[in-house]
Amino acid sequence: MQLQLSEEMKAFREEMRTFFTTEVSEEIRTAVAEQRELTKEQIVESMRTLNAAGLAVPHWPVEWGGRDWSELQRHIWHEEMQRACVPAPLAFNASMIGPVIAHFGTEEQKAEFLPRTANLDIWWSQGFSEPDAGSDLASLRCAAVRDGDDFVVNGQKTWTTLGQYGDWIFNLVRTDPEAKKQAGISMLLIDMTTPGVTVRPIELIDGGHEVNEVFFEDVRVPAKNLVGDLNGGWTIAKFLLGNERVGVAPVGATKRSLARFKELAADVIADDPLLRARIVELENELLALELTALRVVAHSADGEPHPASSVLKLKGTELQQAVSELAVDLAGPASLAGGADDETGSALDPWARRVTPTYLNFRKASIYGGSNEVQRQIISRTILGL
Amino acid sequence: MDFSYDDEQEALRDAVRGLVGKAYGDYENRRQAVSEAPGFNEKLWQQMAEMGLLGLPFAEEDGGVGAGPVEIGIVCQELGRVIAPEPYLASVVLAGGLVAAVGTAEQRGEVLGALAGGERVLAFAHDEPGQRWSASAAGVTAAESGGDWTLSGVKEPVVAGERADQLVVSAALPGGGTGLFLVDGSAATRTGYRGHDGTRAAKVELDGVAATPLGEAGADVTASIATVLDIGRVMAANQALGAMQYSLRATSEYLKSRKQFGVTLNTFQALTFRAADMYVSLELTHSLVDWATMVVEGGDPEAVAEAAARVGLQVSRAGRHIGQETIQLHGGIGVTAEYSVGSYMAHLTALDHLLGDGGHHLRGLSAAVMDHEDVDPLTVA
Repeated sequence: MQLQLSEEMKAFREEMRTFFTTEVSEEIRTAVAEQRELTKEQIVESMRTLNAAGLAVPHWPVEWGGRDWSELQRHIWHEEMQRACVPAPLAFNASMIGPVIAHFGTEEQKAEFLPRTANLDIWWSQGFSEPDAGSDLASLRCAAVRDGDDFVVNGQKTWTTLGQYGDWIFNLVRTDPEAKKQAGISMLLIDMTTPGVTVRPIELIDGGHEVNEVFFEDVRVPAKNLVGDLNGGWTIAKFLLGNERVGVAPVGATKRSLARFKELAADVIADDPLLRARIVELENELLALELTALRVVAHSADGEPHPASSVLKLKGTELQQAVSELAVDLAGPASLAGGADDETGSALDPWARRVTPTYLNFRKASIYGGSNEVQRQIISRTILGL
Repeated sequence: MDFSYDDEQEALRDAVRGLVGKAYGDYENRRQAVSEAPGFNEKLWQQMAEMGLLGLPFAEEDGGVGAGPVEIGIVCQELGRVIAPEPYLASVVLAGGLVAAVGTAEQRGEVLGALAGGERVLAFAHDEPGQRWSASAAGVTAAESGGDWTLSGVKEPVVAGERADQLVVSAALPGGGTGLFLVDGSAATRTGYRGHDGTRAAKVELDGVAATPLGEAGADVTASIATVLDIGRVMAANQALGAMQYSLRATSEYLKSRKQFGVTLNTFQALTFRAADMYVSLELTHSLVDWATMVVEGGDPEAVAEAAARVGLQVSRAGRHIGQETIQLHGGIGVTAEYSVGSYMAHLTALDHLLGDGGHHLRGLSAAVMDHEDVDPLTVA
């Protein structure tokens, strides 16, 4: 057992820290720090800055821009990025469809999509959930029927995050209605400008427009856009969701957020022993979670995931939510002024006006990426054998 | 950064697991051992001495093995796994640790050699009625006359105090501060009793008994006591971790085998989800325990104090969660003395309050919460 990083890893961490804090636009990083909504252009700019330096998709195969790093290096890269308030590379591209195409795609698909996916020339959307297929994803109904050289797609997807910016969507579709539900699913890549694709916004409780419904009406998709085997989509979906879970525990970002609110509300906290105690408990749990992430990383170096990795999503999202809840309490009555902005001449601190929308928005964290109840199911079944 | 044991550490773990497993793998043996004084298995204690476990933390020139905190943590985890009642924490980690920290070379060689060889059981007589987890003494006072020292006052509860051949006693010094003294066990008036988890403790009355200053006579060693208590907290956390690991495993096995309503209990999601939450508590605790043990290895007293408080807070929270849920998920059998899991909760409760509970650590950490921007595990170390 050895706590300190090796000299080599210390140097690597310094290199990441320097890059993130000097090369990524200050304006974008400030927006992230202040939990303001980023524009599409800001997300694209940030990812392109990373990609130009080979830091957008380090976990991909080397020939498509990957870096062949150790798990520990990836962890340091991810933590330092969050610490510097650099927006993570767009998950749909970097963590979801990129690795899928690299693993399951044809050589033609790889050449056509991977470079543009890494550089965010294509903005991908995720076509998984449906109104009747949430946690029970395999019950999805959106159908694709073969017709000559095309598939014809009909159905609906929902909770499509940032689908309003999407150029392409990776869609799970039912291609064999007769088969057992997991066995009749395939993955199609669909150009969202194809006639018959309609994106409709869903307004959320924070007042923002983050997710959408996507409708498919007789949408013709060339058969060459099938990823992997026909009716082999469930294997791909599990591969993708496994990757998603690893990146979803936002330890660094939550730590950063807690540190920021401590600074902003220092006067309130100094006078209140209950708030101080609450912060200590949060800091301690974040420390335990960060160490767990490090322990998981240290153990998975030989390829096998550590069983504790399932804890990361569950506890990570709980702490993310708990810090956002603390922020509302720190803001106090000023937290009511969610609709005020500088133009209305509000006399309240800008940070205090933004905490409630964030708190409300983060309720999503324990629902997406496999709800926390699904995580408990995974822990009790696969780890405890119950 | 590396969270895994090397080959020698794995071998140590297997050896200790084998030894204490043979002694207490059958829970009835543990029940038997705690049923009467001295409250532990003297034969096992001798075997631990032969294996080198009682001298593990001490320098070779003092008769020890010169191993580090990771090795001591391994022993504590394995003792915790079977809730062995042997006074390893009290005698080796705390009392022995203090002799090693402040004793003269002569005292270290004599006392630690006897401790390591299993010839002498030590106890740390420190807690006093009315005191709560302080590093200093108030109720027991030291007096000096012509170079001879005597101690007066009451220490209680003193773990292993009745059985101890020699006591390491903290006392308020005439010139202020707290000193440490060696006292023959038989020189004190001792009333032993069984604690709620089977651990033996005692009231130790000192009525002007002769005492030998440990280390330099009259020197205030409060800081050394504080650091040894912090190391003890981290080792107690290792012991609690072992007990929690066993508790969750026993609970999972029980849910798979116990039938009600014609089906095994793991059919009920209300129960399996609670077991999943216990797993989350356990893994977070495991990470903090490993970290704190490595911080002890680093040796900086301030870092050790912070790590001890942080792991103490986590172990207090998790120990209560896992202990309480273990009993609830077992149902009625969990509160019986003849079945093991109830005693695990009793032991976790004892460890929780031995050296400072969650509230105590929370209070200390709260006072300093605005002194740092965030908590970086590498910076603390």
